[in-house]
Formats: sequence, C-alpha cells, structure tokens
Amino acid sequence: MGLPVRKFDALVVGAGGAGMRASLQLAEAGLSVAVLSKVFPTRSHTVAAQGGIGASLGNMSDDNWYWHMFDTVKGSDYLGDQDAIEFMCREAPKVVYELEHFGMPFDRNADGTIYQRPFGGHSANFGEKPVARACAAADRTGHALLHTLYQRNIRARTQFFVEWMALDLIRDADGDVLGVTALEIETGEVWMLQAKTTLFATGGAGRIFAASTNAFINTGDGLGMTARAGLPLEDMEFWQFHPTGVAGAGVLITEGVRGEGGILLNCNGERFMERYAPTLKDLAPRDFVSRSMDQEIKEGRGCGPDKDYVLLKLDHLGPEVILKRLPSIHEIAVKFANVDCTREPIPVVPTIHYQMGGIPTNYHGQVVAPRDGDPEAVVSGFYAIGECACVSVHGANRLGTNSLLDLLVFGRAAGNHIVDFHQRNKEHKPLPRDAADLALSRLARLDGAAAARGAGEQTQDVGNALRRTMQAHCGVFRNDELLTSGVSKVMEIAEQVRRIAIGDKSKVFNTARVEALEVENLIEVAQATIVSAQARQESRGAHARSDFDQRDDANWHKHTLWHRAGNRLSYKPVHMKPLTVDSFPPKARTF
Amino acid sequence: MMENGSSFPAGAKEPAVIDERSWARLRWRCRRGMLENDIVLARYLDKTAGAIGEQELAALDQLLDMNDNELWDLLSGRTEPSDEKLQCLVRQLRSA
Ligand SMILES: Cc1cc2nc3c(=O)[nH]c(=O)nc-3n(C[C@H](O)[C@H](O)[C@H](O)COP(=O)(O)OP(=O)(O)OC[C@H]3O[C@@H](n4cnc5c(N)ncnc54)[C@H](O)[C@@H]3O)c2cc1C
Repeated sequence: MGLPVRKFDALVVGAGGAGMRASLQLAEAGLSVAVLSKVFPTRSHTVAAQGGIGASLGNMSDDNWYWHMFDTVKGSDYLGDQDAIEFMCREAPKVVYELEHFGMPFDRNADGTIYQRPFGGHSANFGEKPVARACAAADRTGHALLHTLYQRNIRARTQFFVEWMALDLIRDADGDVLGVTALEIETGEVWMLQAKTTLFATGGAGRIFAASTNAFINTGDGLGMTARAGLPLEDMEFWQFHPTGVAGAGVLITEGVRGEGGILLNCNGERFMERYAPTLKDLAPRDFVSRSMDQEIKEGRGCGPDKDYVLLKLDHLGPEVILKRLPSIHEIAVKFANVDCTREPIPVVPTIHYQMGGIPTNYHGQVVAPRDGDPEAVVSGFYAIGECACVSVHGANRLGTNSLLDLLVFGRAAGNHIVDFHQRNKEHKPLPRDAADLALSRLARLDGAAAARGAGEQTQDVGNALRRTMQAHCGVFRNDELLTSGVSKVMEIAEQVRRIAIGDKSKVFNTARVEALEVENLIEVAQATIVSAQARQESRGAHARSDFDQRDDANWHKHTLWHRAGNRLSYKPVHMKPLTVDSFPPKARTF
Repeated sequence: MMENGSSFPAGAKEPAVIDERSWARLRWRCRRGMLENDIVLARYLDKTAGAIGEQELAALDQLLDMNDNELWDLLSGRTEPSDEKLQCLVRQLRSA
C-alpha cells in the first residue's frame, strides 16, 4: 500500500456553496477540516448562479414557510420528501439572515431590508398569486455567496486543498466511510485522506449531455465514487432542461429575454408556443416550453440545415431595449451563436441545466442506503449535500432559487450533525489494508492501457460519444424505443471507457489522466440516468415519456435507486409525512 | 494582431513554445466556474496549441487569477483591461 496518509476530524470534498457552508460550520466548531477542490474554491460552478436564493422573508408582501413548502412539494410533482421540504423551507429565513450577517451583499429595499424578486413557481397562499421570494446580489448571487463563504472559512482556519481530485471512497468491512483517496494534480501524488466523517459536495454531472448549461468541471465525481463504493444513486432519471440554451454551445439565455417579449419560432416562422400554451405562450413553465420545442423539432419544423433547433427572435424589441435591458444577451449571441440579435434570431435548444437526483440522504445530510430490510439505513461516516445529493427536496422538478437554498440549509445541518458525531466518536477507525486498492487499480489500468498504445480508446472520443448518445436517447422527450436502444449504446460505451488509454504518463499536472478519471465518473452517472429513465413508465416533472404521458401515482409514486452492481434498480417510498404539519397529497399539476 | 503578423508588439522577444508542464498547468487553470469562459478559453487554447511565449503566459496567468465574472466582463467586451500588458491577449481571446 505505502501511500502517504493525512488525518483530519472531517473531510469535505467540494468547495462550492454547499461544501463551504458545511466546512464553515465545522471549522467554527473547532474541528480540523480539510476541503478538497479540483479548482480554486471561488471558481466552483456555484459562481454561475444569477437568480437568487428563495426564502419566505416576507419583505415585499405577506409570505411564510408553509406557502414556500406547498410550492416546493407541488413543483417537485409530489416526488419530494415532505419532511426534508418542511425542514428546508422553515430553515430558509435563518440561513439567509446568517448569510447577511456574514457580509453577503444582498440587494436592499429603501428601508434597509433585503430586496426580494419574484421567480417562476413561487406563490402566495397556495398558488393564488406570485410572491417575491428570491434574495439576490444583483445578477451575481452565486459569486457573492462563494466569496462571502470563502472569506469566512479562511478566518475560521479551514484548510483548503486546491487542485486536488478525490478518486475513491475508503470503506471498511463494516461499510463505514473512513475517508478518500485523492490525487494532488500538481505533483501527481496519490494520498489517503483519513477522517471520522467524509462529506461530498461535488456538484452536478451536467456534462453527461451534449447540450448543457454546466461548466466543464461538472463531471459528477461524487456520484461516480459513491457508485463504485457499492452505494446506490437516487432518482437519476430527473434532469431539468432549460428551454433556451444557445444551440451547439449550451450557454444559457435567461428567461428574462422572453419576459421582455422575445418569442420562439419554428422553420415556418410560426410562433408555435401560441398553439401549445394559448395563455402563457412563450412564458409557460420551463419543462413545458422545452417539451413543445422538442416536439417541433421532432416533427420536422426545426430550423437550420439539420432542422435541429428553433429560433429565439428578439430583434422586434429594438436595439435600445436589447442593449439596455439585456446587454449580456447581445454578447452571448455574438460570441456563441455568431448572430447579431438586434437583427437576427438566436438558434436555441432545450439544454440540460440541473440534476435533481443524486446520492440518497436524509435531512441531516447523512447518506442512506438499503440494508437488512431498512430502505434508508445510515452509512456511518458519510454525508452528501448540494447538487450531488438527493435529500430529496426537488423531487421530479426543481423550483428556481431552491438550489442555492438547498446548499445553505443542508450545508449547515450536515455541519451540525458532523460536529455531534465528532463529539460522540473520539477515535478514528483504522484504515483497512485494501484502502487504496480501488483507486490505485484504476490509475494502473489507465497507464497499463497506455503502454499498449494503439489498442486503447481516446478519452475525448469516448466522452463525446457518451454525450451525444445521452442527448439523442435520454433528452426532453423519451420513449421506450429510444431509451432501450440508448441503454445498450451506453453499455457499449461503458466498455470503451474501460479501455481508455492515456499516452501521457507524466506525473506533474497530467490533465489527460484527470480527464480520463472524470469520464469514468460520467459513465456511472449516465448509466444510472438512462437505466432509471427506461424503467420509469410514467411522466412526472422533468421526466416526460411520450409512450406514458400521464403521471401514474398508483404505480410510480416512489423513488428510484440505481445500483451499479448488475445495473439493478430498486425503489423506496416517498416521505409523505412532514415534520409538524399535514401532508400535501398528490394533485394534478396545472398552471 | 500586430503589423509584423505576430501577436506580440514589435521589438518584444519572439514567442517561444512553453514547456509541457506549464502548458498542462495552464490548461487546467482554464477550467472555470462559468461555461462562457470555458468555451472562449478552450477555443483559444486549441488555436495556440501550446505555441505561446513567456509574456503571453504571464498575461494569461494574470487573467486566470481573476474571478469568473470579472473575466467574462473582459472577454465579452463589457469592460476593458486596465493593465496594458493584458490588452493584446484580451483582443486575441475576444476574437477566438
Ligand atoms: C447557469 C446557472 C444558473 C443557476 N442559477 C441558479 C439560481 O439563480 N438559483 C439557484 O438556486 N440555483 C441556480 N443554479 C443551480 C445552482 O447554481 C447549483 O445547483 C449549485 O450552485 C451547485 O452547488 P454545489 O455546491 O452543490 O456544487 P458546485 O458549486 O458545482 O461545486 C462543486 C465543487 O466540488 C468540487 N469537486 C468536484 N469533484 C471533485 C473531486 N473529484 N475532487 C475534489 N473536488 C471536486 C469542485 O471543484 C467544486 O468546488 C444555476 C445553475 C446554472 C448552471
């Protein structure tokens, strides 16, 4: 074995909003905390979030956590766990005020209170009228959040391990998690990082799709490591699409464009949303607009040489409005679509935006998995929060602004729970002899394959094949034929992943190695996604099947668990019982 | 581009190819939190394919130390670099 070991009270993998909120709680309680990140903490993907953080502060008009809870349950298409949702909505004002106290530069009202803006799906009085619930720092909320948390963490003496990549979990014979193996990217050294508790906050895996609004870094490493450690992944068939990503690039065009009067056109120049949603038209909910766009494309009314996108027209708004109110859109259109949107429309496609599923946890952030008849037995020493986790507050569909909230609430809650664990468990458990075997064998395979160069697959080619397959077979509209053939293709690609060879065997900053390791994580997430999607014979939230176009509560009101061994699925009940209030039973989701 | 056809001002030292390690390090630091920056930087890296000189490397390092919003403001032309040394590089990135 012989790998160098470092020992901490607590280990956090991921330095986005979720990881840094948790590590702050730990460091302030006096624990020795190591936070690993593939990139500098403030360059985590949380930086891209613009819209805001949802909390029922009631600063603009009447609001309360119970209304927020109702919206979240309904938004989730009744797949969200109601205990976790109640917990999140109740804690929301607290975590926002805490953040204010940490120095987060929120936008303010004239009276000094935090300004709040309205956001899709958030309502007052159980859907009666829209309510302003999003707390933002201009259009740079994620950026402000990361900087605020980073500064506080430095003050609290959190130790950051920047440009370190966690490779695999270390579990002992009892199944307890004792740390991770990790690669120091700069030197190529592999370490064992030992801790009483390990928390994953590694973000989403949006890069399994060809059209994605996610940065390149979002490769689902936490999910890959969890699956390889023999633990299941929950509800992976549920992925949110944003209707307007720039075709070919993925870069997000905000809903604000349609809010200002931008419209979607097919190849006949028809404003097709009038047909699908006569009242709300282009401003119908995200999943609905995405499905309508996909329908147009499938029925041959897409635009361009391959008829594979639709057009977002806004030139009729006039250059003044565009340049004044939507300045970044003009730049994005020029740079990524090569069009001047004051004169021509922008090619757009529904684009992957957010992963609702993930590592199964309870609302303390503890990872849970089936054991001895208990569908949710705690995995000792292991926690997960943020986009990589499935707690499940978003269920089948996430409401805007609820993700940043999720990071903060469960980051804090998991932090508190870990402090408690630390106090009750004085000693570190010994590392098993085979602690590093899994990671080392993966590294050896990459290099070994490289030795037999010529026979191996190229990381880039395999990654691209995977992304194209997922896009074509597991996109907005799904049916059995597409999904079933997609499953076999993904399985073939999984075989290719096992044959990836890297020519470059140097140790220092070997990014080829890092990228190959990332593809090994992507393939786990892709298998979980398409196998879970193929099996779920209903349409719920973001999972839309043309062959089963209704929600089917009698048969499918349950969470999916995908197990890597044998690509097997099992199911577990949705938590319908909130902590203190009455349950919200499933109702038809109308808008 | 400068009149002499290179991206470096006349009289500056000719660009040399940087060593493999610096190139790898650079590539990794071009992984950003925002897709917009990822794409522009990836296009630039593909175009230069490692053929960049010491000065350009120093300028890039300086740019990559910025936070993602600041960087995107520069790349999208919303702001101009205050540091003269960055201007040439920012121009190249914008046209990438
Ligand atoms: C364009 C865009 C706009 C959005 N706007 C909003 C919004 O307005 N409101 C809202 O609520 N949500 C929004 N979202 C969603 C929200 O931003 C994300 O869900 C959230 O930021 C994820 O945070 P995280 O902390 O879980 O992960 P991330 O911020 O993605 O951080 C992941 C961390 O894990 C590290 N990491 C990953 N793998 C490894 C590894 N193997 N080893 C070591 N470190 C690793 C990374 O380096 C990084 O530090 C938006 C998303 C996008 C794409």
